[in-house]
Amino acid sequence: MTQLDYILQQIVNAVSLGSLYALVAVGLSIVFGVLKLTNFAHGDVMMVGAFGVALLVGIGVPFPVAVICGIAAAAVAGFLIERIAYRPIRDAPDVARLLTSLAVTYIIENVGILVFTSSPRNFPLPDILNTSWEMSNGAITFTSINLLTIALTFVSLLLLGWFITRTTTGLGMRAAAEDMSAAHLVGLNVNRLIIVAFIVASAYAGLAGILWAAQAGVVQPQMGFTPLLKAFVAAIIGGFGSIAGALVGGYILGALEIFIVAFLPSSVSSYRDAIVFAVLIAFLLVRPGGLLQPNREIKL
Amino acid sequence: MATPSPVLLSVENLEVNFGAVRALKGISLDVHAGEVVALVGANGAGKSTTLRTISGLSRPRGGKIIFDGKPIGGIAPSRIVTLGIAQSPEGRRLFGGLTVADNLRLGACTRTDKEAIVRDSERMFMLFPILKQRLKQLAGTLSGGEQQQLALARALMAAPRLLLLDEPSLGVAPLLVRHIFSALAELKRQGMTMLLVEQNITLALDLADRAYVLRTGQVALSGRSAELRDSERVAQAYLGAAT
Ligand SMILES: Nc1ncnc2c1ncn2[C@@H]1O[C@H](COP(=O)(O)OP(=O)(O)OP(=O)(O)O)[C@@H](O)[C@H]1O
Ligand SMILES: [Mg+2]
Repeated sequence: MTQLDYILQQIVNAVSLGSLYALVAVGLSIVFGVLKLTNFAHGDVMMVGAFGVALLVGIGVPFPVAVICGIAAAAVAGFLIERIAYRPIRDAPDVARLLTSLAVTYIIENVGILVFTSSPRNFPLPDILNTSWEMSNGAITFTSINLLTIALTFVSLLLLGWFITRTTTGLGMRAAAEDMSAAHLVGLNVNRLIIVAFIVASAYAGLAGILWAAQAGVVQPQMGFTPLLKAFVAAIIGGFGSIAGALVGGYILGALEIFIVAFLPSSVSSYRDAIVFAVLIAFLLVRPGGLLQPNREIKL
Repeated sequence: MATPSPVLLSVENLEVNFGAVRALKGISLDVHAGEVVALVGANGAGKSTTLRTISGLSRPRGGKIIFDGKPIGGIAPSRIVTLGIAQSPEGRRLFGGLTVADNLRLGACTRTDKEAIVRDSERMFMLFPILKQRLKQLAGTLSGGEQQQLALARALMAAPRLLLLDEPSLGVAPLLVRHIFSALAELKRQGMTMLLVEQNITLALDLADRAYVLRTGQVALSGRSAELRDSERVAQAYLGAAT
C-alpha cells in the first residue's frame, strides 16, 4: 500500500465517521435552537431507530422497509418525548429542564434494558451491505455500509438544507432559534415549530442510529451514549444551535479522530478521546461560540 | 372634536406586572381606524410593555384589550397577527442570520394569498427601495437604518389593519430617520392605522393625530397632537417621570 492510498483510505473512513457525527449533531442543534435545551435523550432516539430495524427484520420485514419504519419510530419517539417530558417544563428554570433531559435518558435506557436486556444483539445487515469494494488493487477498501452511510448522509443533509432555507417552516425554525419573541411577533406558531423540530431531529437521529448499529454490527439499549457525547462535542465545535455548525463540527470531529489514530504513533493515539476533549476545551476558550458563531457565548 | 371613524383598538384599564414590578397600572387608550396615535413618555414609562401586551407577548393581569370588537387579551401572539395586528418591535429584532428576502417572507407567514403577498412585496420596494438591492444579503449585515426599514417592511408584510411601531428612530442615522418618517407619513396617507411609540416627541407629534403621554405605567396626559405640541404639560409629564 502506498502512502497516498493509505491517506485516501483514511479520508474515506473520516468522511464516514464524520457523517454519523454530523447526522446526530444536526438533530441536537435543531432542538437546542428552538428550546435552548440540550436534549440528552437524543442518543436514545438513535437506539429506538436501530432496535426498530432489528426487531422488524427479525420478523421478516425487508431491510429497506424496516429502515423507513425505524426512522419513523424514532420520529414518533421524539414527538412523544417533547409532548410528555419537555412541554410541561418548557418555561421552567434551566436546571430543571436539564435534569428532565437527563431523567428522560435514564428512563428510556432502563426501559430498554428491562425489555431487551443490556447484552448486545446482532444487527441484521443484509449480505449486500456486508460486501466490500476495492480500489487501487485492494489498497483502498470500503465496505458497502461505509458507502451507504456517506450517500444517505449526503442525501438527507441536502434535504435538510432545502428544508431550512426554502420552506416557511424551516425558515421559521431558524428564526425561532435566533429570536423567540420576534418569531412570536411575526406570527409563527412556535408550538408547532417545536414539534416539527423534534420530529425532524429525531428522524435524523433514527437514521444515524441505524447506520451506527450497522457499522458496529450490534444493537443494545445504551448504544446512544457514545455518539451523543461525540455529537455534543461536534455541535460545540461548530457552534451550538447552528445547524451548519453541527455539520462542520461533525466532519471535523470525525476527521480528527480518524487522523489521530492513523497518523500519530500509537503511544499518542491511545489518548484519542483525551486529545479530542482537549481540542474541545481549547475551542471553548478561544471561540466560545464555536466555529460559525464566534461572538456568541454558549449557555447549556 | 369627535373622530368619525370607528374604534379599531380599545385598551381599558390594562395592568401588567413583572413579579413585584407594576409596569402598567391601568392604562386606557383608543385608536380609531385610519388614525395615527403616538405613545410617548420617559424611559421605563411602560410604552413597550403596552405594545408587547397588545401583541400577546405579555399577559395582562387586569383590564381589557379589544380589537375590532373582539377581546384579544391573553391570546396567542400568532392569533393576534392573524387577526390583523403586526408590530415592528423596539431594537428591530430582525432574524440576522436570515436574508432580507426570508425576513420579509416570514413577515407574511400567517398569510396564504400568494398573489397578494407578491403585490405587497412590490409595495415594500416602492416604500423602501434599498431593500430590493439587499434582498439576498443577511439581515444582520445591514446598517441600522436599513435594518429599521426591514423591520417596518417585515411587519407590513403581515398586511395588518393596525401597525404597532416601537421606536422606529432608535439607532438610525438622522438622515434616515427623516426617510423613515416620510415613509410612515406615506403609509398614513394610504390609510394605515398606527400606534407609534417614539422618544423623539417632535417627530411623533408631527406624524400623529393624537397622543398619550405615559408616566410610570399610567396615562399622565392625552390629547390632539396640535394641542400637545405647544403644551408645557408634556414637558412636565416627562420631568415628573425623571424624578
Ligand atoms: N421582562 C421584564 N421583566 C421585568 N421588568 C420589566 C420587563 N419588561 C419591562 N419591565 C419593567 O417595566 C417597566 C416598563 O418598561 P418598558 O420597557 O415598557 O418601558 P418603555 O416605556 O418602553 O421604556 P424605554 O423608553 O426605555 O423603551 C420598567 O420599569 C421596566 O424595568
Ligand atoms: Mg421601550
